[in-house]
Amino acid sequence: MDNRIEKQIELKAPVSRVWRALTDHREFGEWFRVKLDGPFVPGEVSRGYITWPGYEHLHWEAVVQKMEPEQLFSFTWHPYAIDPKADYSKETPTLVEFKLEKTATGTLLLLTESGFDKIPSDRRLEAFRMNDNGWTQQIKNIETHVAQSS
Amino acid sequence: MVAKGRPHAPVFAALGDKTRLALVVRLSGGQPHSISQLTEGSRLTRQAITKHLRVLENVGIVHAVRAGRESLFELDPKPLEEMKQYLDLVSEQWDQALARLKSFVED
Repeated sequence: MDNRIEKQIELKAPVSRVWRALTDHREFGEWFRVKLDGPFVPGEVSRGYITWPGYEHLHWEAVVQKMEPEQLFSFTWHPYAIDPKADYSKETPTLVEFKLEKTATGTLLLLTESGFDKIPSDRRLEAFRMNDNGWTQQIKNIETHVAQSS
Repeated sequence: MVAKGRPHAPVFAALGDKTRLALVVRLSGGQPHSISQLTEGSRLTRQAITKHLRVLENVGIVHAVRAGRESLFELDPKPLEEMKQYLDLVSEQWDQALARLKSFVED
């Protein structure tokens, strides 16, 4: 059974640019949609909150693992740790790794997230609920958009 | 969309074992099998196979059905589908995040 997620994407930007977007906590927050308290430091906890509309009450927390300049950035976290009252600290986190490779046109970014075998199934149910909420929000957005343009 | 009341079921962990994965593959044809059938062609003992089947049964992947004097084991694909849906969901979130990263660095 495939217990990991693997993605790769070609970016038309130099490796140094991509590295900054990944590891500068403000830039990371821009595209990841999270407001972080401070810079990423290997071995330290990174905290903040989600800036995605409708999810602003949710905290972001990850432990930075490796920062090998322009090559590897990794952190561990609890994906979909969405219940503000729950204590996720006893669960084994998943590992997220971003690897960068220089290409003729820019940068190849390889993403892996592994360690899903340790996630309890009730957490997966939460993720489903979150997805449902996400869709409800999307439909609202579409409605607003349609209402404005008509 | 998701079955209610399923106990804490570490489906991923249950499948993180080669023997159990092989049993799941064996049962994935849809036909129920007896312990004897599942032990045949395996280097493991009947007891070992039974133990692995119980682990799979505990997380709801496998169910025992009575057939006369023996138990037959069959696959319940539902927990596997839920697991796949979960991974698909996390995967989809990454697709969206990476698409945002792409427009962020290419601007």
